[in-house]
Amino acid sequence: MTDRSGHLEAGSKASSPLLLRGLRKAFGDVQAVDGLDLEVLQGECFGLLGPNGAGKTTTIEVCEGLTAPDEGTVELLGLNWGTDANELRQRIGIQLQETQFTEKLTVEETLRLFRSFYRHGISVDESVRTAQLEEKRKSRVGGLSGGQKQRLAMACALVGDPELLFLDEPTTGLDPQARRHLWDLVDELKQAGRTIILTTHYMEEAERLCDRVAIMDHGRVIALGTPQQLIATVGGEDIVEFAVSSSQVPKGEGPGAPRVQVDVEKLTAISGVQSHRVDAGLHQLSVSELHTTVPLIFAALAAEGLHMSEFRTHSATLEDVFVRLTGRNLRDE
Amino acid sequence: MNKLELSSLYQLTMARFRLLLREPEAIFWIFIFPILLAAGLGIAFRNRPADVLPVAATTPQLTQALAADKGLNAAEMDVAAGTHALATGGILLLAVQRPDGVAYQYDDTNPDARTARLVADRAVQAAAGQRDAVRAENELIHETGSRYIDFVVPGLLGMNLMGSAIWGLGFAIVEARQKKLLKRMVASPMPRWEYLASFLLSRLVMLAIEVVAFLGFAGIVFGVPFRGPLWQLGFLCVLTSMAFSALGLLISSRAKTMEAASGLMNLVMLPMWILSGVFFSASRFPAVIQPFVRALPLTAANEAFRANMLQGVGLNHLVAPVAILLAWLIMPFAVALRIFRWR
Repeated sequence: MTDRSGHLEAGSKASSPLLLRGLRKAFGDVQAVDGLDLEVLQGECFGLLGPNGAGKTTTIEVCEGLTAPDEGTVELLGLNWGTDANELRQRIGIQLQETQFTEKLTVEETLRLFRSFYRHGISVDESVRTAQLEEKRKSRVGGLSGGQKQRLAMACALVGDPELLFLDEPTTGLDPQARRHLWDLVDELKQAGRTIILTTHYMEEAERLCDRVAIMDHGRVIALGTPQQLIATVGGEDIVEFAVSSSQVPKGEGPGAPRVQVDVEKLTAISGVQSHRVDAGLHQLSVSELHTTVPLIFAALAAEGLHMSEFRTHSATLEDVFVRLTGRNLRDE
Repeated sequence: MNKLELSSLYQLTMARFRLLLREPEAIFWIFIFPILLAAGLGIAFRNRPADVLPVAATTPQLTQALAADKGLNAAEMDVAAGTHALATGGILLLAVQRPDGVAYQYDDTNPDARTARLVADRAVQAAAGQRDAVRAENELIHETGSRYIDFVVPGLLGMNLMGSAIWGLGFAIVEARQKKLLKRMVASPMPRWEYLASFLLSRLVMLAIEVVAFLGFAGIVFGVPFRGPLWQLGFLCVLTSMAFSALGLLISSRAKTMEAASGLMNLVMLPMWILSGVFFSASRFPAVIQPFVRALPLTAANEAFRANMLQGVGLNHLVAPVAILLAWLIMPFAVALRIFRWR
């Protein structure tokens, strides 16, 4: 490991781990990636966040040399797939979205197999330890839980001691506990100074793990920055959500209920309210100074004779960033 | 880890072995099934010793005369019982004592009954004092190599090599593709040729076990002859197995699902099961389709195996089948490498 860190420093001066310029890729009529520029810095955990179908997997597979782009350049560790494919395969680690490892091989046999593909790397023992699969070492892959299988996939990506690690939706389909377990594992890899590129459609995952996040939609990057920077663009630190009904018809719900009009201008005029949108009858305000703004919102609605049927607040998240930028929720698809 | 364990080709090949050994069904189909089939066919079509023919006679003297011949099993019956036994197949012939001699009652359309007539008459005449005019002796010969079991064992060998190569390779590759494991493998620095080579290497080792077990059984239990040089038989087995492996690789080079692969495999193998002379000679098919039948790899393999084992023909006289097998090795392999889908 000591040898590795020295190697990384030397590499960082030469070139960034990943550089994408003008990347385009279409599958038939679908423009999966539509003009993408990205630069990932040495030692950071970079997240591609977006809904399903945003082009995250296509982008990461182009980076991994599994898909050839229609246009644009891809540079990894100062090398490119056209001329240095063998060298690159030795130096990057990859975890794909839906690999099913051979069920009748054991964890150890699978890792030994993958280890044999790399000239240099960590020992099988070390990869088992890193992925916390010690107890399952002699178990067949078919008997592992979803989280354990995903950690095995991670271990297979790590056996070559990669300078650059690609994780494609590492926690999709895992239960919350297995997800947190995997996050801890990624944290450890970050601590060790590895450059990690991961895709996810979970905003809390991106917030928790990533130093910088690119939010993708329809094959483009629509926002780029640290999670804090991106959340700050929402305009307020908190989000207020409420639904209203007219006070004359307090239980006015169902298809026959009259549409209740809210005077949006009056709401946005309140100091502390940054923006407003309606989603499925639910009003969302991004708000700063929550404690002084909320009473003003209550007063404004009461003055219009409106009854509040639902009310809640939460701190702004990357989800709200995505909603503000696209008008859609991340998990609409 | 020693040096061998660090070799990716070794690890890939070992993985293939482990998977095969952990698949009980595969073990059955590759090792047990052909032996069971050979055993079943061997028993069904065995050459029985000359049968003892059941006959009957109406008097004790006549019965004794018949029983003196080892080829007959004689019983004493009255005419009514004897007629009933004849009608129900209990006996083949009834010898009836008449005042002027003996009458034989039998069905002359039944070959066994005609034989019984000849043997019974000889026994009766001998008992009456007839002597052979010419002295005759019997020298019995039971030739191995011309029995049905001798014919069918090389055919089963060819069929088994075809099945294990095509199924073994095809299903494993398509399953890996379907589960996105192939994609994961090519995302690693694994040399692609090593992945395919690991299938051929593991096949070669399994082949040795498979062939020795099957032919050993056929040789020891049924005395099937091995008249040609064994190393040439070994060479033919390797060539056949590699040719079918190439075919298996071609079948699995693009199929994305097990169902598609399974259909393709049956499409390829079914004509050969029928046409290639596994259970009966391929020459029975009409002359019109003979060129097609001859060009099939299994026909060539079976022909070569039979020539080697049964007639002791050397490789130098087996140029045609060997050339056909070589063509089936090279062409599908070249095409498969060109069109192989890694993801």
